[in-house]
Parts: sequence; structure tokens; C-alpha cells
Amino acid sequence: MNLHALTAHALLDLFKSGKASAKEAYEAVVGRIKSIDPKVKAYVHLSRSQPHYAGEFQIPIAIKDNLCTKGEEITCASRILKGFRSPYDAGVIERIKKSGGSILGIVNMDEFAFGSSCETSCYGPTFNPWNLQCVPGGSSGGSAASVAADEAMWALGSDTGGSIRQPASFCGIVGLKPTYGRVSRYGLIAFASSLDQIGPLTKDVRDCALLMNIISGYDERDSTSVNEPVPDYTRALVNDVRGLKIGIPKEAFVEGLDAEVRRAVESALDLLKKQGAVIKEVSLPHTPYAVATYYIVATAEASSNLARFDGVRYGLRVQPGKVRKNALVDMYEETRSKGFGDEAKRRIMLGTYALSSGYYDAYYLRGQKVRTLIKNDLDQVFKDCDVIMTPTSPTVAFKVGEKVSDPLSMYLSDIYTIPANLAGIPAISVPCGFSKSGLPIGFQLMGRAFDEEMLLRVSYTYEQNTEWHLKKPTI
Amino acid sequence: MPITKEDVKYIAALARIDVPEDKLEGMTKSLGGIVQYVEKLQELDVADVKPTSHAVPVGNVLRPDIIKPSLTNQEALAIAVEAKDGCFKVPLVIE
Repeated sequence: MNLHALTAHALLDLFKSGKASAKEAYEAVVGRIKSIDPKVKAYVHLSRSQPHYAGEFQIPIAIKDNLCTKGEEITCASRILKGFRSPYDAGVIERIKKSGGSILGIVNMDEFAFGSSCETSCYGPTFNPWNLQCVPGGSSGGSAASVAADEAMWALGSDTGGSIRQPASFCGIVGLKPTYGRVSRYGLIAFASSLDQIGPLTKDVRDCALLMNIISGYDERDSTSVNEPVPDYTRALVNDVRGLKIGIPKEAFVEGLDAEVRRAVESALDLLKKQGAVIKEVSLPHTPYAVATYYIVATAEASSNLARFDGVRYGLRVQPGKVRKNALVDMYEETRSKGFGDEAKRRIMLGTYALSSGYYDAYYLRGQKVRTLIKNDLDQVFKDCDVIMTPTSPTVAFKVGEKVSDPLSMYLSDIYTIPANLAGIPAISVPCGFSKSGLPIGFQLMGRAFDEEMLLRVSYTYEQNTEWHLKKPTI
Repeated sequence: MPITKEDVKYIAALARIDVPEDKLEGMTKSLGGIVQYVEKLQELDVADVKPTSHAVPVGNVLRPDIIKPSLTNQEALAIAVEAKDGCFKVPLVIE
């Protein structure tokens, strides 16, 4: 039996019946990583510590390189954090360890989560397990690729504008961005604090519910964490959508959407309709402004959050050879110029511009106001619909290098995923087919704030009536 | 309004990033393209719209002022680029 190829819930069943041990599972996955990862390059490094094999959920897990994990080098895939050995555990890492989880290692991402392809990493790109010439998506590309390639049972990622859902879609797995505040951000290295949320990347919907049970909940160390009761998400795994209302935004099925992706999402919709769901055309009129709003709000917050990387305390420090301004300012500038990659510099500078004197009202304040309009559109639709369905991404995975020199075209690949972050609502990506070229396609469901259960129920029903989630790449 | 090389130099100085001469042209072009794209936000009338800074409205969040265990001086300095006398050491600022 190939233990590495199982889902976490199948593995837990084997543990219960005594047919496999957590140690065997962990070793099987490490073996898989050693044989496959030289091709996929999902991992930045394997864990420095051995698992303890105690607890209810002794599942081997991969951790994105922006989640502080005690004793591990955590770098956000950036040169500027090289050598930063985290002295503490993030809130979610504490929960994973308490549940018995075995940390396999740290996985790749776009530098500071700035990207949709995993190509801006200082370690070089991760490759899509379904086609090694394609990107795995991003920014949680290492998380998605590791799970799709059976190099982890499940993984944690973070999602600021689609960074869990888009790679999940590109790699043919399930990815959920929880409601803002559902999961503690304590110990997540911040990109855009009002948008960031940590979430699960898993092989199926049941695993998604299980991992949500582990990581969700209030944490007083994150002042934006919301003190609401956490349900048992596995109770939402019901194969029944009769009478549920699915909203289809007419703005979603327009120019720029790949024909194969469109067909796959429409057949998924047909299936849910046959299962008894009610389909309703709705309108989100401000959708065309979502990407522009996001790139103002997110970069402004990023420029502020990334000001802390200055060479003073930890990570990289570079002192230039000759004095330019004064020793300290020279050190800041040289460290940041050598430490950040081009995309990070571009976003920091864009955010600095949006916040700078004379431009604040025209860009940042206006962006926050349009954010309100986008949120209002969604609130309006959710008065009458239980979920909103769209493609997760307008295309399947693109080739490595294809979009790297055109930042704007890369940004536009997040067009479907960004609104959920701006509105703070939960959203999931679920596999729903393949292109002729053999690359996975996913659909996205958005739900009301704190109604992850509805997303899980509809996704589970779809999954129970299809077999896409059972397909495996040949690597 | 198009972004000029002078704008980029100014923003770079604010952001404490050094953009060398040979990269200035490319950075001006790519930033200019993005700024031009986000200009579409100017089409909307937002005069009566309130800004959203957080999707979930929260007020000031306070906790009881109780001292809890935190990193020791030694643990915090274990990751320092340079440390001396229990402090982070930085280049000389005032002569």
C-alpha cells in the first residue's frame, strides 16, 4: 500500500484499525519527497526536528514558508530573511502540533506571497505536478504542488488575493480561504493585514473540513481574530444541495475566460442543478474594478508591513562599500535593494506611491471606497443566494516564464479570487475537470461570512458525484 | 498622470530602496503600466461612499494588562545580525 497517496482521513482510519502507524505514514511521505521533489521542487527544506507521534491527528503536513515555525528557517522565499530561524510558533503551528501533526518541512511560495506562479521565489520556481513545464500557481504554489504530488497529506497556505485557491485549482486539489478572522494570523508574516488569511490545501473536501477543525478559533494575540464559536466542520459534509440557491454572476463569464474552463464550470453547475440546487443569475457590477482596488489596498498595506525588513535586527544586512547618505540609511537601502526581488520592490514602491502625500486621496482612499462598493455587491447577492459560483481562475496553469515579464497580465489571473478577500468572506476551490492538455480546472464557491459550512456542503455534494479528486498526476 | 523617472527615484527614496540607473527605465515602465490600469477607479463616483479598512468591523481590541512569559533576551538575540551587551547592534548613527 502506498501510504503517501492516501487522504488524511483514509490514513486516520488505518491508524484506528491498526493497519498503519503514524511513523510508517511519515516515513512513506518523506520517501516520496526524496524521490519526487527533485522534479517538483515544492520544498524549500525538510523539517529539522523529528515528529513526536502523539495526538489525535498525526498527519504529515507541509507548511508555507511564511508561517513562523519554531527552530525552522522561515524566509517568505526572500533573500532578505535568509538565516531567520523563527524563535516561536505561529498560532496555527501551535494548533497543528497540539493536534499531533507531523511537520514534514517548509514549502515554496512567491517572494512575500507577491505572485500567482511561484516564480518570484529566491529559491527558483516550483513546478506543476501535472506538467513540469507549467507553474503550480501561487503564491502557495509549494503547498499545492506538495499535496497534488503526494509529498504531503495536506498543507497550510495563506491567501491574500487568491493564493490558496488559484494554486489549488492549477494543481487539481481543494483549497479554502476561511472568513477573515476565523483563523489566527499570529505568526503569519504579514503581506496585507486586512486581506491575509491562513487556510488548508487538501486532497478532498473531507480533509478540508478536518484541517479547518484543527486550525480555526479565536486567538487573543491576533486582534482581528474573531471570537465566534467554531462548529465541527465535518458535520457540514452532507451529500444534499436540494433547494440551495447558487448565484452565478453574469460578469464572471465574459471575455478573457478560457473556453475549456468555462465548459468545465458550466458542467459542474449542471451537475449541482441535477442534484436539486436552484441556479440564479446575479450581478456583481463592480467586479471589473476588483483587481485595481486590490492592487492599491494590498500594495499600500504591503509597503507598510515590509518596512520592518531593514537589516537592523534579523535576516540579511548589507553595508555598502562607500558612504552615500549616512551609514545607517546606506545600510537600509543596500539591504533592501539586495534583499528584495524585482516584484517585491515593484509592489513596495506601488504601495508607497499610493500612500504618498498628494496621491493618498486619489489612490488609497478611493481604493478603500471602491472596496465598500464591491463588498456591498456581494452582501446584496447573499440576501438571496447561499453561495456564489465562478471559475477559480480564467485559465489553466500557464507555462513557466510565460507571464513573468508582464506583471499586469499576472495580476489579472486573480480576477475571480480577489473579491472574497476584499469582502472578507470565505471561498473554496474544488477540482471540476481537465483541459485537453491534461491540466486541472477548478471552480470557486464564495459564501457568507462565517458560513464555511455551506461551502463544504456544496463542495462535498459535488465531489461525491464526481471523480476528479481521485485523479493523480504521473510524475 | 504618467509616472516619470523622477517620480520613481522619489518613491524609491521614500521606500528606502536603491534603484540603479540601468533599472530605472524598466521600473518606470512597469509601474507606469500598473498605475495607468488602476486609473480606472477614477471612473466611479465615490463621493458618498464610506471607506472600508477592514471587512469585519472591529473596534479597539484590549486585553487585561497581565505580564505573560515572552522571549528571553537571549532567545531574541539568537537571531540578531549583530549583537552587543544584550542589544541589537547597528551602524554608527551619530558621530
